[in-house]
Amino acid sequence: MAEERKELIKLESGEAEQPFRWSAGVYGSRFLTELRDNKRFVGVRCPRCGKVYVPPRNVCGPCFVELTELVPVSDEGEIVTFTVVGFGFVDPSTGKQKPVPYGYAVIKLDGADTYILHYLDETDPQKIKVGARVKAVFEEERTGSMLDVRHFTLLDR
Amino acid sequence: MEPVAVVGVGMTTIRRERREDGYADLVYEAVRLALEDAGMTIDQVDNVVTVSNDFFDGRTISSMAVQDACGSFDKNVSTVEGDGTFGAFYGLMRTLSGSFGTTLVCAHHKGSECVMPLITNAMFDPIYERFLGVEAVTSAALQARSYMERYGVAEEDCALVSVKNHGNAFRNPAAQLPLRLTVEEVMSSPYVAEPLKVLDCCPISDGASAIILASRERAERITAKPVWVKGVAHCCDAYHLGDRDLSEVRPLREAARRAYIMAGIYDPRKEIDLVELYDAFSYMELMWLEGLGFCGPGEGGKLTASGATAFEGELPVNPSGGCLSGHPVLVAGLNRIIECVLQIRGDAGERQVEGVRTAVAHGINGPCGQSHCVWVLGGER
Repeated sequence: MAEERKELIKLESGEAEQPFRWSAGVYGSRFLTELRDNKRFVGVRCPRCGKVYVPPRNVCGPCFVELTELVPVSDEGEIVTFTVVGFGFVDPSTGKQKPVPYGYAVIKLDGADTYILHYLDETDPQKIKVGARVKAVFEEERTGSMLDVRHFTLLDR
Repeated sequence: MEPVAVVGVGMTTIRRERREDGYADLVYEAVRLALEDAGMTIDQVDNVVTVSNDFFDGRTISSMAVQDACGSFDKNVSTVEGDGTFGAFYGLMRTLSGSFGTTLVCAHHKGSECVMPLITNAMFDPIYERFLGVEAVTSAALQARSYMERYGVAEEDCALVSVKNHGNAFRNPAAQLPLRLTVEEVMSSPYVAEPLKVLDCCPISDGASAIILASRERAERITAKPVWVKGVAHCCDAYHLGDRDLSEVRPLREAARRAYIMAGIYDPRKEIDLVELYDAFSYMELMWLEGLGFCGPGEGGKLTASGATAFEGELPVNPSGGCLSGHPVLVAGLNRIIECVLQIRGDAGERQVEGVRTAVAHGINGPCGQSHCVWVLGGER
């Protein structure tokens, strides 16, 4: 090693991918097929505390009891909290960057006690309010995914 | 609880990119500094807990990348995937087990080597949330709005935290982002995810840290200035963001309550001299101050505006500059503990706060503070 070199090497991971296939489970599959086939949301009610979980799952965390009663919930609801996202995000499902800005909200569907996340069709934060009414807008082509809902639209503009 | 002390601490500088160093280089530096600080050799370390995350490191069993560097050769070593405060908690339990007189806990992170939004997106549920693009910043923005709406907190209240913590960082040579800021400058920085602006958000960072825990018997032989664990607890909320009231800090209140009971703290505002909390975003400092019981719900902004949490205030919060001034994920919680230890020992140099006897270190895990770990540390057993 006669001569000292100051070069610092970085190696790229390249195009390597780690694909996964996640099971949605029985209730998750029902939730997603209802979205796909009937443009409907379903939840599940806890027999002990009465809370309706959307999306449905098989256990109530606080009560730690099994959930069995699937119930329909509305495709309308209200905004619990929101943001307007201003930085680019590469969608892991498509590898493409979602155009910015876009509206994003935590939404309480009528009949549900928990919330879901989704896009809003409004990007002006002044026009979005906590408590505002929203309704799901479905894609024409649906595959059984949360993206079967294109976004939620603000009612009462 | 049997007495356990922190007997040595070490941390690298926090920088946007420590390009000359791989994970193992950073860990070796932090561990050497901790051993030097304790006046120990690696032979005196009975077991090791490493803290790492396979996604961040881009390899599975990421702890093994630092196996040589952390000095765990021929030792019992285990790993925590989570914030450093949780790794330290496991280290404490191993020490309390009686099987190990001393435990080294180290953590590393290189934000410069990964695409941060893709990694933090991956902490969300792959069926229902991940494809919707939510990640650390978007979820924090949703929480910030939820908290601010509920309590009428203004963006300016949050901006004060950025001004204070970036200012504090000038006294900390390890900090990445010392900045002289005004509230107006924070307010006019561009929105990242409304209501969060660039200067409300922590930077992406590289760094590593290490601490050494010891049983009472070993601690008193190792150092004249042990810092004792007076109380510690953690508490976890629901995983799905949609199952939580994001404006609430219930798990933190619960973790703090348990830690204070263990430490015999009845009035945290009066009995605690200094706080290092996990301010990944400016609004978080306000919420966590409330959860830690230093003020009522929604009053974090008022407390900050009063100057109480300033470097010269009655309850300095994040005198190190906090996560806003350097945020190596996972390492950040250990850094909160390290700053408390240095302050209690009187070894904090230019940023030494006078008369620190009892300090609180706080770390979070999961989106929007899903779980919280609270440490009460003190100079007297």
